[in-house]
Amino acid sequence: MVSAIVVGSMAVFVIVGPWFSAFSYDFTDWSNLSVAPGLEHGHYFGTDTLGRDLFVRTLYGGRISLMVGIVATIVSLAIGISYGATAGYLGGRTDHIMMRIVDILYALPFMFLVILLMVYFGRNILLIFVAIGAINWLDMARIVRGQTLSLKRREFVEAAEAQGVRTPAILRRHIVPNLLGVVAVYVTLTIPQVILVESFLSFLGLGVQEPMTSWGALVKDGAEELESAPWQLIFPATFLAATLFCFNFLGDGLRDALDPKDR
Amino acid sequence: MLRYTLRRVLGAIPTLLILIALAFFMIRLAPGGPFDAERALLPEIEANLRATYHLDEPLPMQFARYLGGLVRGDFGPSFQYRDYTVTELIMTGFPVSLRIGLGAMVVALLFGVSVGSLAALRQNSRTDYTVMAMSMTGISIPNFVMAPILILIFAVYLGWLPAGGLGDGAIRNLILPVVSLALPQIAYIARLTRGSMIEVLRSPFIRTAKAQGLPQAKILLRHALKPALLPIVSYLGPATAAVITGSVVIEQIFGVPGLGRFFVQGALNRDYTLVMGVVVFYGVLIVFANLLVDLAYAWLDPKVKYA
Repeated sequence: MVSAIVVGSMAVFVIVGPWFSAFSYDFTDWSNLSVAPGLEHGHYFGTDTLGRDLFVRTLYGGRISLMVGIVATIVSLAIGISYGATAGYLGGRTDHIMMRIVDILYALPFMFLVILLMVYFGRNILLIFVAIGAINWLDMARIVRGQTLSLKRREFVEAAEAQGVRTPAILRRHIVPNLLGVVAVYVTLTIPQVILVESFLSFLGLGVQEPMTSWGALVKDGAEELESAPWQLIFPATFLAATLFCFNFLGDGLRDALDPKDR
Repeated sequence: MLRYTLRRVLGAIPTLLILIALAFFMIRLAPGGPFDAERALLPEIEANLRATYHLDEPLPMQFARYLGGLVRGDFGPSFQYRDYTVTELIMTGFPVSLRIGLGAMVVALLFGVSVGSLAALRQNSRTDYTVMAMSMTGISIPNFVMAPILILIFAVYLGWLPAGGLGDGAIRNLILPVVSLALPQIAYIARLTRGSMIEVLRSPFIRTAKAQGLPQAKILLRHALKPALLPIVSYLGPATAAVITGSVVIEQIFGVPGLGRFFVQGALNRDYTLVMGVVVFYGVLIVFANLLVDLAYAWLDPKVKYA
């Protein structure tokens, strides 16, 4: 519960926070290069080596990180749900083949393929969304398939079948809405994974490009100035870790609450 | 058992082929070629270069050639380090990465399992809650965040350990990279161990052992540990993948001249063959690790039928 509130306020904070600062994310304050946090010069979190306000940059980075988290999760949801529900509902040989494909893809080291993708096709943010979303749907597909298998034997599905409703309509109207509870739990676990992947890429310099930023990119910059300006690392690192912690905690809690075995 | 092993090995082949094919065709689909970055070349010279690297052949032909090279352990020439082949580069970096990676795995297993078992034995005690809270934190702090923080504390403020580099290869140079790589895994393994240990401790055969008056240490080590470790064994596959991925950033942060650093350098320099070589190499490693884990699991768990 507390986690939900923290995540919620984090989201609100990164959206409205920048309005409370006099600086923009790419403004260079030449008289305050790499200054420590303080109130007198208006840089609440200090500035980076280029004199850019770290408070605003951390929040902008948060916007990007959360946005990537949400958009990529939606991409993976869309693929995962339609794939899993189709496989589960059709069953038989189709199901077998579709799940074999998932098994094979599962064994691939996707992180490296994403890095390859970023290297070959240049670094743009849209590609990050799609690439990360496209690798994260496998878990979702498996879970959704499992749920669909048990759902399709329920009476309301039989009733719909008896009335001659077409398969896509049954999937859309009867199966998918009933999946949403389980899916919601896994969304809270997928978002932190995605944020982590994006930070990882940005940390390697393959993610979001300057002057835009994300938490991963900020942590990377901070790590380079570690000895002279530790605040450049500490603020974005804290934001990133806190967000991941809350999402994980939330997801874990929800999963335990839904899992009768753990009670 | 032999048949099962054979089937699993054969099953790994399509995975590897798909991986190699994806990496290979992605590079060809990408805009630009390996010689674009330099001064404009005379058409004849470029044609010659392309012929040297067999880039003038049809795609399937090139793919077959690359595959053939891979089977012989030849990853082709590096485009950036002109005098080296990718195989040579991989062979210089890999031993270093292997030491750090293996070190991290061993540390993670030892600490994770012992801390997790401790928490399970004292379920719902203060020890338990502390362990669980710490491991949740450990999971949530990515290792590229943890590593600079560790450097800050142990190298900058306390000055106990070197901040980076391999130095003369002494153990103290490896401590920080290994620890930062191992921490999230310790956290994960501790959680897994705790969960499965609690379940095992509740099962009838442990109650029987207790009823027979066996000392607790003996029950734990002789009877409870093996079944409780099964989920850990199956986690070793993903753990290997995570450690390998993690070592890419860790090597970058600590300036360790391992394979991961070649990979990042190659990625930033657009050294296509090097990047692809490392991806394929890592891919084979991960697929192989998964295979070993599956076999070990089938061997350990009496309930798994390897039909």
